Amino acid sequence: MAAENLAEQAGRVAEKAGELAAVARALAEQAANTVTAVVNGAPAPEATPGPFWYLFTIFVLAIFVGYYVVWRVTPALHSPLMAVTNAISSVIIVGALIAAGPAHFSASQVMGFLAVILASVNIFGGFIVTQRMLSMFKKKK
Amino acid sequence: MHAESLTMLAYIIAGVCFIMALKGLSSPESSRQGNIFGIVGMTIAILTTLASPMVVNYLWIVIGIAIGGGIGAFIAKKIQMTALPQLVAAFHSLVGLAAVCVATAAYLAPESYGIGVSGHIHTGSLVEMSLGLAVGAITFSGSIIAFGKLQGLISGKPVTFPMQHMLNLALGITLVLLIVVFAVSESSAAFFLLMALAFALGFLLIIPIGGADMPVVISMLNSYSGWAACGIGFTLANSLLIITGALVGASGAILSYIMCKGMNRSFFNVILGGFGADAAAASGPDIGDKTVKSGSADDAAFIMKNASKVIIVPGYGMAVAQAQHALREMADTLKKEGVDVSYAIHPVAGRMPGHMNVLLAEANVPYDEVFELEEINHEFSTADVVYVIGANDVTNPSAKNDPSSPIYGMPILEVDRAKTVLFVKRSMASGYAGVENPLFYADNTMMLFGDAKKMTEQIVQAL
Repeated sequence: MAAENLAEQAGRVAEKAGELAAVARALAEQAANTVTAVVNGAPAPEATPGPFWYLFTIFVLAIFVGYYVVWRVTPALHSPLMAVTNAISSVIIVGALIAAGPAHFSASQVMGFLAVILASVNIFGGFIVTQRMLSMFKKKK
Repeated sequence: MHAESLTMLAYIIAGVCFIMALKGLSSPESSRQGNIFGIVGMTIAILTTLASPMVVNYLWIVIGIAIGGGIGAFIAKKIQMTALPQLVAAFHSLVGLAAVCVATAAYLAPESYGIGVSGHIHTGSLVEMSLGLAVGAITFSGSIIAFGKLQGLISGKPVTFPMQHMLNLALGITLVLLIVVFAVSESSAAFFLLMALAFALGFLLIIPIGGADMPVVISMLNSYSGWAACGIGFTLANSLLIITGALVGASGAILSYIMCKGMNRSFFNVILGGFGADAAAASGPDIGDKTVKSGSADDAAFIMKNASKVIIVPGYGMAVAQAQHALREMADTLKKEGVDVSYAIHPVAGRMPGHMNVLLAEANVPYDEVFELEEINHEFSTADVVYVIGANDVTNPSAKNDPSSPIYGMPILEVDRAKTVLFVKRSMASGYAGVENPLFYADNTMMLFGDAKKMTEQIVQAL
């Protein structure tokens, strides 16, 4: 009796194992297909958003930060605000440096060099004139 | 750590520094520290970029920074505070032109920025690049015109001609079409045509706008320079440029809004321009044969000496006459006599936001004696004397009680509530809006005809 039971149970386990093997094989095939697809450059089934959306997220959040920070600026300092925003918008020099950076000469490098000069005028001029303005604001003695 | 991660980290720190720089401006005490944050952020951004493997040609970069930095530092140290608006306009134009240069560089050598190779630049990058280019070019030529108007190189009067708005609209539509053509074809003809048309549009957008609307124009161009930086930031996939551009863009937009509100005019009304051009037509309320009371410096000195509370209302005329130092001297003398002196500033006084505050600060007026419109408007009824120097439209009671006036609804400094109004003016000419000011004929008004600075100096002597 015991031997028969055992044989029966063994049979069922074997059946289950077979089913599992089939599932595993299907999964493996799917994974392999996905890998091939990715390697071939085709979009994966659930495409991840491109870098544009990350940049766009940063953009929108930065506008909100700017909005709330700037509303808190006291009206008396609106002129320094313009001067300092002018200075920091010259961070565009980052793009200019990359253009001016390569070792070999090119038209793009000339553009970069020009932009480095223009942005530098602004950076130095903007921060210095802001400092000059702010140093004048004094409290009643 | 990976080099690229380090770069990202440095850029985020720089971005936070810039936010701190703006946050510092919430009060004069914290503002100087804020400016230091700005300088630190910029230094981090530049050093980080210089350390990137793509940048090897240091000699030219150092020469460029030295030339530009030298010019910038020299101008910033020499400039007179009254010339601040045109300086800011000139600086905006440089940001615009720098954006144009960087967009061109990216178009010519896309491989430097990892956005494809020449002839096969990613479509998204092409759109972003052309937006940065167009906004940068508009900022450049628009700021040049604003600079010319503020510096007096070209007439501050609005320049209008028939079909102006139609022409601008047509140009705007053509720009959009060109961006599409460029994004599809990547043709250099489309690129350079786009640049040329954007230059033309910037020029045409600003010429119809009159001198006293310059606070809005400068704020708007400030905003544009930020959006141009954003456009370039998207092209180069650079988060720092995007963050900074968005901060600056938001800042300029808020300032434009505040300025428009200060004039009770919509943004479009200002942008479409022509305000004040039809000055002759808008003569305002019929004054009839009312007479004007005028007085001398001695009269004014006598009245103020015997007052217990004096409020000074400065306007653009004070900046033109450079009268701020004489004004502070007058206030000091009055204070010694025991008179309570304060200053009232209208949001659109001067040629840029906060212009009057800077000039008064330059003349060593403590900032806690200077008040904004909402803070001080209720004080006029208890003031004995209001000394209006170089301001006009911002005190015009027609804005409050004459619905037919072109400036009806504009918030004004209610100086007519004071016991005596002293009006320093060169002549009876109307202000920028071309509207007659009934205040000149009021019983409690005394006109002091003369140059703002000379008149104030004479009053100081008489005191």
